[in-house]
Amino acid sequence: MNLTGEQVERYSRHIILSEVGGRGQEQLLAGRVLLVGAGGLGSPAGLYLAAAGVGTIGVIDSDVVDLTNLQRQVLHGTSDVGKPKVESAEASMAEINPDVQIRTYRERLTTDNASEILADYDFIIDGTDNFPSKFLVADACHFAGKPYSHAGILRFEGQTITVLPGQTTCYRCVFKQAPPDGAVPSCSQAGVLGVLAGVIGSIQATEAVKFLLGIGELLTGRLLVYDALKMKIRTIHVNRNRDCPLCGSNPTITELIEEAQPACDLK
Amino acid sequence: MQIEINGEGTAIDDGLNVASLLKVQDVKMPDMVSVELNDEILEREDFETTTLKEGDRVELLYFMGGGALPEHGECGTGDWK
Repeated sequence: MNLTGEQVERYSRHIILSEVGGRGQEQLLAGRVLLVGAGGLGSPAGLYLAAAGVGTIGVIDSDVVDLTNLQRQVLHGTSDVGKPKVESAEASMAEINPDVQIRTYRERLTTDNASEILADYDFIIDGTDNFPSKFLVADACHFAGKPYSHAGILRFEGQTITVLPGQTTCYRCVFKQAPPDGAVPSCSQAGVLGVLAGVIGSIQATEAVKFLLGIGELLTGRLLVYDALKMKIRTIHVNRNRDCPLCGSNPTITELIEEAQPACDLK
Repeated sequence: MQIEINGEGTAIDDGLNVASLLKVQDVKMPDMVSVELNDEILEREDFETTTLKEGDRVELLYFMGGGALPEHGECGTGDWK
């Protein structure tokens, strides 16, 4: 691949980084990243990946844009309310950078479609908003051997870890299975600071870019925990778990399964 | 005795096990927490039988689902601390 004059200009601030250069930019343009979810985390990730010139970005999401999304889901605008999220996501990313080929999937990631969809990508960003989906992304990436960035956000805190399946600590090494029914607290106390999603989703995009470039140290074997109220960031060392049901020495999960969403306590 | 909880030095009673520590620390939703003791994830069934020692490093790692609300039939999160 040869960069055009316009591309050299567009990506000049990347290209002058010695760790990136023209060759690195070409690697980004050849890179393929899948966003699972075009919501709070997927939005900043998608915008930055498109701006960075990641050549192929897939977006899978079955939802339509709701007014309550706009406080944090910056891929979508007020005029997009009621439209499929994948459509407004595609329009926003295409507007930023026409170099990017965007592939949209207006569906949920399921045990049936996951392997086929993941197969076309180099790196996966988990931007889902519920436990069953997070475990499904982790499991599907494990079986497909696809590196991924996991993240979760809630209220004023977020956490993220990058996983190279079979090599580094995975999501199930840390969180074995979805919490049981009744363990999940009242939904009225949920909620999330909008800009928190921007911070964590941007970290996920950073990891995808580093992975495609093959530079630096990925956030593997470390869980990054961000507390926006205290403005504290910690990276907690997490070893692989030999009892991990997915990547441990005697795995009990050997095919894609559907984790149940714990019922919440609606008091 | 002195241990470290989420990076901060904390004084606890001698002989406390991990399950009791979660109570003392007022963790309201213990099922929403994974416990790492000295860099190793602890099996949930070992919480009762694992006694803490001076200088132990404990990390309470919280499940974070995301912002899904019940109208979507999902609610993974809340103020469990």
